[in-house]
Amino acid sequence: MLRYIARRLLLLIPVILGVTLITFTMLYFTPGDPARLTLGEQAGAEQLEQFREIHGLNDGYVVRFVNYIKNAVFHQDLGLSYRNRQPVFAEVASRFPTTLKLAGLGVLVAISIGIPVGIISATKQYSLFDSVSMIFALIGVSMPNFWQGMLMILFFSVYLKWLPSSGFNTFQQMILPALTIGTSTAAVITRMTRSSMLEVIRQDYIRTARAKGQKESKIITRHALGNAMIPIVTVIGLQFGYLLGGAVLTESIFGIPGVGRLMVDAIKQKDYPVVQGGVLFIAVTFSVVNLFIDILYAYLDPRIRSQYK
Amino acid sequence: MTKKPLLEIKNLHVHYITNEGTVQAINDLNLELYPGETLGLVGETGAGKTTTALAMMRLVPNPPGKIVSGEVLYKGKNLVEMKEADLRKIRGNQISMIFQDPMTSLNPIMTVGDQIREGIMLHQKVDKATATKRAMDMLEVVGIPMERYDEYPHQFSGGMKQRVVIAISLSCNPEILIADEPTTALDVTIQAQVLQLMENLKVEFDTSMLMITHDLGVVAKVCDHVAIMYAGTVIEHAQKHKLYRTPKHPYTIGLFESIPNVHETTERLKPIIGLMPDPTDLPTGCTFHPRCPHAMDICKVEFPEVTHLSDEHWVRCHLYPADKEVE
Ligand SMILES: Nc1ncnc2c1ncn2[C@@H]1O[C@H](COP(=O)(O)OP(=O)(O)OP(=O)(O)O)[C@@H](O)[C@H]1O
Ligand SMILES: [Mg+2]
Repeated sequence: MLRYIARRLLLLIPVILGVTLITFTMLYFTPGDPARLTLGEQAGAEQLEQFREIHGLNDGYVVRFVNYIKNAVFHQDLGLSYRNRQPVFAEVASRFPTTLKLAGLGVLVAISIGIPVGIISATKQYSLFDSVSMIFALIGVSMPNFWQGMLMILFFSVYLKWLPSSGFNTFQQMILPALTIGTSTAAVITRMTRSSMLEVIRQDYIRTARAKGQKESKIITRHALGNAMIPIVTVIGLQFGYLLGGAVLTESIFGIPGVGRLMVDAIKQKDYPVVQGGVLFIAVTFSVVNLFIDILYAYLDPRIRSQYK
Repeated sequence: MTKKPLLEIKNLHVHYITNEGTVQAINDLNLELYPGETLGLVGETGAGKTTTALAMMRLVPNPPGKIVSGEVLYKGKNLVEMKEADLRKIRGNQISMIFQDPMTSLNPIMTVGDQIREGIMLHQKVDKATATKRAMDMLEVVGIPMERYDEYPHQFSGGMKQRVVIAISLSCNPEILIADEPTTALDVTIQAQVLQLMENLKVEFDTSMLMITHDLGVVAKVCDHVAIMYAGTVIEHAQKHKLYRTPKHPYTIGLFESIPNVHETTERLKPIIGLMPDPTDLPTGCTFHPRCPHAMDICKVEFPEVTHLSDEHWVRCHLYPADKEVE
């Protein structure tokens, strides 16, 4: 198992290199001269030259990429922001916990709604509860994130005045963003849990458990849920990536100072090093989360565990 | 001598309600299982053998299945109407079942030992350590070293899985063991071993057994009584030798005629001319009449009642009018 984890960690290197290469290349070929764009039309030739020197823009594509990787690996240096000349790494790293917290809360909301509702829906298939929750799940996946966020601000902040509409420091401030970002994931998890549970409760080993005289509630928790968990966990892992992406919109709506908003601002201002740094952080997080999910599989299923020996 | 049956099914009807129509899986079925005896339940595929077994433990999957009417009397108590909590005390404890397919009958993410221990913990008032010990003993009883307690089903072969299933079903020393084709999923050499094992255990634990099978060879070897099933009904029910020597129902006669030698152990049932009726659209009257060489007018309209031919032999056929001894 340890060997497996080590191998998977090594595999992260090409993945992250690949992501970096793709974003780097795309930003490199984006038309426009960053120096001119940042400093404006009035800037003199000397100023422009100085800017290019600081940000290493005079080198060729390959040299720049190699330097970027070298600095990132050995000095945790992702370059300087074009706008404020602050180190990108520190800038992104300081905002990153906020984004992680937002996505994490979203997943938490989604799991704590999705899994119980999915289980009840499956055990009471075709009941009123099942129909109603499936309708809500359908609404949940179809409703755009930002729109739902705005509706909730209108209703809970503007109309009812129960919850603040921006910020991310107090518990009250976290409720609306967490609900906004978690809703569609909750819907996806609900549907996955339901279908996975329905599949599992039809299995022969569930009947075996009943034939032993086991209680229905224990059959669900002890026999069915564990077997139903693998596809659910897969979806949670993928959704986490989606939530990191979704954070971009949610942070903008609620004025949360996270990586998402930083990136949106950076894109608007063509501050490429910041965009690149943000993408890198999110890619690394996503990879690590999915590694964690793969390890979780082994924990959940002895058949997978025995393959890793 | 008339013994009282340990378990008795009376006029049972079970339907599966599907989109394609109502499958009349069990139709007016009667069955008696006597203490300490092995009853063979024989019938073609789709005759309703598994459904009968599930109904005996009220485990027919619902939906789509439903016990429409009838009684399953265990020591005089009707399991069909019993409270779920009371029924759970009987399941796995007094009546237990070996399912048709050992490959899928075990939970893949639980150790085999824990799966055996689960039943013991449920029904016997013992602590965890004692239950673990008993589960290990059960493994040894079915011929698996107890060191393998902590292994998972995928680490076992098919035959060993079936042994684990047998260990689970015998772990609480049940009075009745229902074995639903316990050997069909296994290859021939393992089949004989498993059957022998079940025989030994049955004697050792003094269990009554319902042995469901396609295989008349198995019946000849292990059963005391035989019930022949056709389209959801037991059409003939007799002590084994009586049935083999003097089969009465035309379907039973057909079954035996299609086998060159009754003691030929590998021979399977050979179907008689015609096909089993569609269970969503059963013939009127006696369900066998379209295939019966002796069909009479009454067979097309009236379902025959049980006719006792002798003490341990009854049949449902209009050839043998009720109350008339034909021996
Ligand atoms: N879950 C179900 N839904 C719908 N119909 C079913 C279901 N289970 C069984 N049936 C139908 O009920 C009838 C009896 O099935 P059953 O499984 O009891 O037969 P069987 O005698 O055990 O057959 P086999 O020898 O193949 O195991 C069949 O027509 C079958 O198609
Ligand atoms: Mg069957």
